[in-house]
Amino acid sequence: MLVARGLRKTYGKHTALQGIDLDVGRGAVCGLLGPNGAGKTTAVRILTTLLRPTAGRASVAGYDVVTQASQVRRSIGLVGQHAAVDELLTGRQNLELFGRLHHLGAARARARAAELLERFGLDHDGPAGEYSGGMRRRLDLAAGMIVDPPVLFLDEPTTGLDPRSRAEIWDRVRELVSDGTTVLLTTQYLEEADRLADRVCVVDRGRVVAEGTPGELKAELGGDRLDLVVLDGERLAEAAAIAAGAASGPVETDPHTRRVSAPVAGPKGAGGVRVRVLTEVLAALADAGVEVEDVALRRPTLDEVFLTLTGGGAADAARERAGSPERTEEGVR
Amino acid sequence: MTIAAPALDGPLTRLGRALADGWTVARRDLVHWANQPLTVVFGAAFPVLITLVFGYLFGGAVDVPEGAGYFTFLMPGMYGMTMLFGLTITTTAVTADAAKGVTDRFRSMPMAPSAVLVGRAVADMLNSVLMLAALLACGLAVGWRPSDLPGAAAAVGLLLLLRFSLLWVGVYLGLLIRNPGGVTVMQTLEFPVGFLSNAFVAPSTMPGWLGAVAEWNPLSSTVAAARQLFGNPGWGGGSWIAEHAVPMAVAWPLLITAVFFTLSARLYRRLDR
Repeated sequence: MLVARGLRKTYGKHTALQGIDLDVGRGAVCGLLGPNGAGKTTAVRILTTLLRPTAGRASVAGYDVVTQASQVRRSIGLVGQHAAVDELLTGRQNLELFGRLHHLGAARARARAAELLERFGLDHDGPAGEYSGGMRRRLDLAAGMIVDPPVLFLDEPTTGLDPRSRAEIWDRVRELVSDGTTVLLTTQYLEEADRLADRVCVVDRGRVVAEGTPGELKAELGGDRLDLVVLDGERLAEAAAIAAGAASGPVETDPHTRRVSAPVAGPKGAGGVRVRVLTEVLAALADAGVEVEDVALRRPTLDEVFLTLTGGGAADAARERAGSPERTEEGVR
Repeated sequence: MTIAAPALDGPLTRLGRALADGWTVARRDLVHWANQPLTVVFGAAFPVLITLVFGYLFGGAVDVPEGAGYFTFLMPGMYGMTMLFGLTITTTAVTADAAKGVTDRFRSMPMAPSAVLVGRAVADMLNSVLMLAALLACGLAVGWRPSDLPGAAAAVGLLLLLRFSLLWVGVYLGLLIRNPGGVTVMQTLEFPVGFLSNAFVAPSTMPGWLGAVAEWNPLSSTVAAARQLFGNPGWGGGSWIAEHAVPMAVAWPLLITAVFFTLSARLYRRLDR
């Protein structure tokens, strides 16, 4: 349904895409995961005919994105930060406008707008500029679905949304996928790719640095991490030594936060292993008399994914993101 | 209800569809006006306000030939200025659509690519017709009078022709600067460009070289031609450009349109670079 080969985009000396290959089958959801500036949006803009590739080729729904752009436009829906709705029009006026521009005719455009408004819970009369973040994103989603496109592009559909709105968007997307729509999703959030995508391509600095199912990627990345915060900073080294006994890789310590962080990879599919490691480490700490203030078993954050995949190459991006509240953490408090 | 995209070979011809899409995009602006009527009212009130300020506050200080009232001179100048103000209206709309992603939304849809520009042109021309109508009414209210109807119609035609040419300058600048903040700079330049003309005072009262620049300002040709066709007295002036006001009021806009329509269309097509 969607094929890209050696897609490159350069602006003068700056290279936004260094040659990307993609294959997304009918009805599949492919996630492009990467930090800001990785080239995700450039890829989407090329595949949606908004941008011409410098080199390489791509086809969407069987049509070449450069030579058959108008056929491609008839086969896609675009939802994202860069293809917005008119903020001075109401949701209904926006959807009617887009329906007319899809040549549905006035009556069908009106009917389709009414149907989408109901389906996406957008029965609100004010201009779209006054919508809440979540409503606005649902309207974007509806705008991308005017003609039930066979291929839907979701460019960071939940960036900046609160958790509830994010979950709501995820539900809508899952509904679409179950109807057989092929989806290319870009996201900065590992969790989002994990929840929605069948396959994930990790993009960094314009190239795909890793590819696989979310499960494969996580296994490849050294799996989950065990975080401990000790009550007494003096005993940090002692705690680190105990954690190292159960860890699957080098253990990191941070004296400021009195935190020990240890990778705890189990064999593939052995979800129970990490919990066993957790109980073992806690028991060992208790035996040694090291008091623990906080403990968490969590998936790697996107920062750690990138650091692992790029061997520190994306350290700048990771540092930029450090301290961002949007980390993927499952805490046990 | 499942909606599939209609077949490529619809009953409409390509041209018909392009025009229909253009009108659909233009209608978007009409809906904006209906949603926010105050914006339209203030937009039309602005030139009226400027006219009253100039006419009543500064008008007494200007020597007007043939003993006519200053408004008789001011009104055709203000009509021309109002066409000039249209430039930022166009640029603002173009940059806002680009910045908000509306342009990209349109470009990702199976509509005629020209519709974005055609729609902008139609909507902005309608907007300028409204503003000009409001100002003509204001002129009549303060005592300005055209001498005959056919002449007045021709003058209005030339004013709108100038507006049409500035439309493409506005589209070009909008596509070029992209950033809505940049429009403020343009707005600041609009008044000096407008003042550097025969709209408010006679170029003969300016320093020689500046007066020549003012006379060759396309706005001056349109305003001088409008004064002539409205039957209102003009500033005169013996230069070639001043004596060929009507042909130049046709030639300037055609030249500007030819250059800037070409540049705009090229830049729009190159948005995918």
